[in-house]
Amino acid sequence: MMEVADKLFLYLEYPFVRYALIVGVLIALCSSLLGVTLVLKRFSLIGSGLSHVAFGATAVAAAMSLTNNYVLVLPVTIACAVLLLRTGQNTKIKGDAAVAMISVGALAIGYLIMNVFSESANLSGDVCATLFGSTSILTLTVAEVWLSVALSILVIAVFLLFYHKIFAVTFDEDFSTATGVRAQVYNLVFAVAIAVIIVLAMNLVGALLISALVIFPALSAMRVFKSFRAVTVCSVVVSVVCAVLGLLVSIVAGTPVGSTIVAVDIGGFALFSVAGLIARRL
Amino acid sequence: MPQLSCQDLTLGYEGKAVASGLSFTVGAGDYLCIVGENGCGKSTLVKTLLRLKAPMAGQVVVGDGLRPGEIGYLPQQTVVQKDFPASVREVVRSGCLNRCGLRPFYNRAEKQMAEENMDRLGVSSLAKRCYRELSGGQQQRVLLARALCATRKILLLDEPTAGLDPKVTAELYALIGRLNDEGITIVMISHDVGASVRYASHILHIGKGSALFFGTKAAYLESEAGRAYADVGGGQA
Ligand SMILES: Nc1ncnc2c1ncn2[C@@H]1O[C@H](COP(=O)(O)OP(=O)(O)OP(=O)(O)O)[C@@H](O)[C@H]1O
Ligand SMILES: [Mg+2]
Repeated sequence: MMEVADKLFLYLEYPFVRYALIVGVLIALCSSLLGVTLVLKRFSLIGSGLSHVAFGATAVAAAMSLTNNYVLVLPVTIACAVLLLRTGQNTKIKGDAAVAMISVGALAIGYLIMNVFSESANLSGDVCATLFGSTSILTLTVAEVWLSVALSILVIAVFLLFYHKIFAVTFDEDFSTATGVRAQVYNLVFAVAIAVIIVLAMNLVGALLISALVIFPALSAMRVFKSFRAVTVCSVVVSVVCAVLGLLVSIVAGTPVGSTIVAVDIGGFALFSVAGLIARRL
Repeated sequence: MPQLSCQDLTLGYEGKAVASGLSFTVGAGDYLCIVGENGCGKSTLVKTLLRLKAPMAGQVVVGDGLRPGEIGYLPQQTVVQKDFPASVREVVRSGCLNRCGLRPFYNRAEKQMAEENMDRLGVSSLAKRCYRELSGGQQQRVLLARALCATRKILLLDEPTAGLDPKVTAELYALIGRLNDEGITIVMISHDVGASVRYASHILHIGKGSALFFGTKAAYLESEAGRAYADVGGGQA
């Protein structure tokens, strides 16, 4: 036990570990904030579709040897988010098909581009890193850390400012529109925020695992709590705790960061499911 | 100028007309009851008035300075997904949102109003309960409280008494009557002929495919459509 603690303190001396923790906590916080709404809007799939788009855009950025791939990845993902959330509103089946189309399409094109244009000697390693995030979070530059912090704070601010509106529009879009709340505007704001979070989260858990980060904490909280505020607060706490635990475990045990965090999230979900069952029995 | 006026409105879905030739006006302080058989297009009409749906032909003119933020609405059906976490208080307060504008949080007056409307509809004791876990009638009352929070000039109600017990129904009609006396315009869809005729100032009767009657209550009772309908209603009027 002491040994593990010593090792941990040793690692915490390194700035890159501290950066990883800061950015990890912020990303976990933001993704769970938006995750509740995403799950309730039945848009869980869109989250995973968007992460594939981000993967494709990353591949293109790499092929173009952009020094800062956010310049490309962020706008592309935001554009797709706006498109998908818009079609997903009224025409259910079309929306579903559109999500599937864009997500597998982006995945295939992304891999193709990486294969054709990559000069790297370790292609499968690169692909694996983008898909599963292996160690990206531990190799962040100071500029990336600041960008992540700024974007996370922006997302949190937007969520707090629009909290009641997001609730009302998610609960009953028709009523909101009928009574003069500009539902379309808030859906747009929400789409942009979700895209930003997905691009950020690629660093933490990689493209394929982002949905887990978004969905598990929300579902865990919904097992036990019954009001929107309680669910939101609880999912944030669950998400942050799981992210920190997962990061620390992966640093000490040398496991891949993304999958470790998701494994802890799954554990959290199991725990809350049991707690929910017990609470209902009482 | 009336708050709402329609000229030769045609309603429908995906190119198929449901009702056509609807012409009527709603002035400030009116109490309009919309009656008609199941499926004749009453709910569709209300959605069109609220601009949730575009009419197939004709148009809805909003006048008298009525803005969307002054409208209250009770939908006939609210499809809320299973396990949506929302407490009764959160739902009722969301009716105040059109008063907030860009302000991110509810102010004290709005919270107070939400509590008062929960009191009026007897759901204060349920404030912390999950909306989804209530009975149908309880849910209806919660949504009514929310609609009252949103109302400043006009209230559109799609079968407000569906699922309510007789005592609450009577209280609700009295409450709506009081709101109308305070100057709030009421547009109500109802299958309760007796109550429609008792409380309304105007009646719109939609028949199969087109309007059968629009006018004041007195004129309706004299009309052919009105007599036939009131007879079926058991002469409660
Ligand atoms: N989303 C929809 N798509 C296609 N047709 C619809 C849709 N909603 C309603 N309709 C059709 O439009 C017609 C009018 O429906 P509406 O809900 O307005 O009836 P209503 O007068 O409110 O009836 P009720 O008294 O049962 O509430 C019905 O024939 C219905 O089948
Ligand atoms: Mg109806």
